[in-house]
Amino acid sequence: MSINDYERVIGLEVHVELNTKHKAFCECPTTFGAPPNSQVCPVCLGMPGALPVLNREVVDFAIKAGIATHCTIESVSRFDRKNYFYPDSPKAYQTTQNDFPICTNGYVEVASEEGTRKIRISQIHMEEDAGKLIHHSEGTEIDCNRCGVPLLEIVSAPDARSAEEAVAYLRKLRAIVRYTGISDGKMNEGSLRCDVNLSVRKKGDEAFGTRVEIKNINSFNFVARAIESEFKRQVEVLEGGGQLVQETRRFDEKTGQTYSMRSKEDASDYRYFPDPDLVPVRVTREEVEAIRKTIPRMADERKASYMEAYQLTPYEAERLTEDKEMSDFFEEAVAHTSYPKTLVNVLLTDVSPSFTEDTVEYPMNPISLGVLADLLGNDEINSNTGRRLVKALLENDFDPKAYVEEHQLAQINDRTVLEPTIQAAVAANERAVKDYLGGKETALRAIIGFVMKKTQGKANPLLVETMIREAIEE
Amino acid sequence: MDYRSMQIHQLADGLRSRDFSSRELTEAVFTTIEQNEPTIGAYITLTHDLALKQADRVDELLSEGRVLPALAGIPGALKDNIATSDIRTTNASKMLADFVPPYDAFVWRVLKQQEIVLAGKTNLDEFAAGHSTETSAFHITRNPYDSTRVPGGSSGGSAAAVASGEACFALGTDTGGSVRQPAALSGIVGMRPTYGLVSRRGVTSFSSSLDQVGPMTRSVRDNALVLDALAFFDPKDAQSVARRTESFVDAIKHPFGQPVIGWPQSYFESDDLLDDVKKPLKRARDFYESIGARIVPIDLKTLDACMAAYYILSSAEGFSNLNRFDGVHYGRRSEKGETLEDLYLYSRSEGLGAEVKRRILLGCFALSRENYDDFYLKSAKVRTMVIREFEETFRTCDAILAPVTATPAWHLGTHPEEMGGNKYSNDRFTLPPSLTGMPALAIPAGLTDAGLPVGMQLIGPRFSEGTLYRLAAAYEDAHGLLPLPAEVKA
Repeated sequence: MSINDYERVIGLEVHVELNTKHKAFCECPTTFGAPPNSQVCPVCLGMPGALPVLNREVVDFAIKAGIATHCTIESVSRFDRKNYFYPDSPKAYQTTQNDFPICTNGYVEVASEEGTRKIRISQIHMEEDAGKLIHHSEGTEIDCNRCGVPLLEIVSAPDARSAEEAVAYLRKLRAIVRYTGISDGKMNEGSLRCDVNLSVRKKGDEAFGTRVEIKNINSFNFVARAIESEFKRQVEVLEGGGQLVQETRRFDEKTGQTYSMRSKEDASDYRYFPDPDLVPVRVTREEVEAIRKTIPRMADERKASYMEAYQLTPYEAERLTEDKEMSDFFEEAVAHTSYPKTLVNVLLTDVSPSFTEDTVEYPMNPISLGVLADLLGNDEINSNTGRRLVKALLENDFDPKAYVEEHQLAQINDRTVLEPTIQAAVAANERAVKDYLGGKETALRAIIGFVMKKTQGKANPLLVETMIREAIEE
Repeated sequence: MDYRSMQIHQLADGLRSRDFSSRELTEAVFTTIEQNEPTIGAYITLTHDLALKQADRVDELLSEGRVLPALAGIPGALKDNIATSDIRTTNASKMLADFVPPYDAFVWRVLKQQEIVLAGKTNLDEFAAGHSTETSAFHITRNPYDSTRVPGGSSGGSAAAVASGEACFALGTDTGGSVRQPAALSGIVGMRPTYGLVSRRGVTSFSSSLDQVGPMTRSVRDNALVLDALAFFDPKDAQSVARRTESFVDAIKHPFGQPVIGWPQSYFESDDLLDDVKKPLKRARDFYESIGARIVPIDLKTLDACMAAYYILSSAEGFSNLNRFDGVHYGRRSEKGETLEDLYLYSRSEGLGAEVKRRILLGCFALSRENYDDFYLKSAKVRTMVIREFEETFRTCDAILAPVTATPAWHLGTHPEEMGGNKYSNDRFTLPPSLTGMPALAIPAGLTDAGLPVGMQLIGPRFSEGTLYRLAAAYEDAHGLLPLPAEVKA
């Protein structure tokens, strides 16, 4: 059997750091990057007698995530303690929702070029983050600023079947947390963290294979690479007649391989039990409805409206909306153009790479891109010039219309202006003309290239082509 | 001045009529402390200088004609598991021997606001795990009524301080009986309030779902007065509940009426319940009947199950709550070892005592994956059963009259077995209110022929503190306060 006979079964556990004003169980601020241990109090330091009180904003954020992912919002949920010793946890336990999470049974839809699939979400639960250990040559220091910062853990069903799908799901989740405003979703700052559960099975099999968890992968790209290399490893083990063990592995970014951390037998017993310092979390239907109203227009809704208003394909609309900033950008830009389709093409091909995973700022002024789309749509500039202008606009902003005039970049659409250059081109490319007349269509390209060069790329290429054909066939 | 024969409301009157000053009262208390502390050992830390400063401030305020709360200027003591900023809070553990918290417990903050005078921090069983105060890492505490005997525990220091007059009142904490049992053995009044009525914030958690702060005083009215000063809603304790009784002192003044008192027959049929304890309780029952109460026999079946459930649940929570004492962030850190695991291992081995370790291990066992269902979960179910049983009982009863302990105080260094009891089951009668979150009041029922205090317990439904105080005050009014301990030098 070959690797192509196997399929990937992927489940994802995503940790989202919430940007509530205060920590989950005390009133300390949650600002990222503050000096070590400057955002701590007896509660998040777990000092004797300190008591946690749930910050209701965390519940509101969890409900938002639940609504956005079509989950059931449970009317009663509960916090448990996960007991373990590690210096990043001053209380020696993590407060989390083990048995009764706040959101259950949801899904998100993921569109790829092949179509749209549902990835189910089994649960979303609230928990707290741990501190950070800073290792250096003289020893280890502990920064407790992050202790008690609220997290949501979003657990998917094992529904994704490819690395692309897993990444598309992650992009979707990131869009959701950004759309709802509950998190920055920045992987490089750790506000979006991902564990991958991967097993393989022969295509057509019902039963799941042995599951391996790959911990803490910190970019979409690495998620895809980790899945592929782990998939290959698992298939190789099976093909070699070996058996897989249930274990936790880590992905090494340098080698691109996964390495075993601990097997299931070594897994600690966290001695979960209901946190007796906290009361059950109760949510009323009215609260859920009130929160539903505060949720900004979400990706899927925007997607549908773009498809209808601008005749976009599902794939185009999905790509536009998977990043909230890009979608916002599009909405601002589209208001300044009469050529939305053109705008979408330029945005998706030339501008989208500049919307990186970890920035929330626009890479350029959306109004300028709207104007640029008009220039293209009105045939005032050609796509060559358009691409050059986008590049320049990503550097710094200017008015494309004025710039085109000033630098005489306007597309030459005037036959009388082009006529002498066309004649010269036909005369100078005798051989190409012969080839063309001999039935070789592609020979035309050399003649068009000649005209474009002579006009510094400003000629309307379609018009040039037409005029050359006319000139030759005359 | 003979402050020891006065109740707090009388002392408060004396301060206001300028019969004596708070400084004089405070100095008198410290004289008692100096004379008796070498024998009794009620305190871990004395706060003499702070006390005088606080007393002087009260005297000044009173001389300005300021109206002050009832407890102003009255010297009291706090169990040393209640956080006091700038004053070490040891929990009677080597682990926290030098720990000075940067925050005040809610109860200490409200008492400070009411201008009380702090005499000091009292001894306890390490982290409040124990029955005799002998597991304190520092020293034992002796029973003021017989210095060869234990004062009870874990709030033994607070009980002994109040019984001896080394404090006019004290706060204890009660997880499974740690206020009521030492109150009974040391001849004072101890209240375990409705769970949540007094904030736990700043009180070292042993078992969060069971721990409650409670007042320990010589008289019932003193006790109501102190509870009045403590029972405030605290938004920073998720389990805090608002009081439903305007004033517990005033509740005592309501007409006695014809309350229905349940008499749990099975409790009195236990073999290990000594006649010394049984007799005064029967007399109390007859007394209540004589003043208009209706006594109804009730059938409580869950007492034995309470024992197992209590030890499993409290140890499970204790395990989790005490894991933070690991030598990493604060508290004692061992010098030994190389690795992180060594640091945990040695710091905890050296810093924690045997009884605490025993409870941690029990909790660790009960919560493990293999045992969770059979131990923790089953105990949680038992707890629900007990709550139902008591709720059912209180449909027809206003209160239950029960023993506190099976025996009076036993000798230091021995166990209740010596007196026919059992180390862990001797005070099982205090467990149902703990598990149900219902209030229970221990008051002196009398002295044995040998002069040892015997307590009795009045248990009521949630928020029935007013009723319990009223019943207790009727008994106290008819029988008087216990005579002061003869051994104590005044």
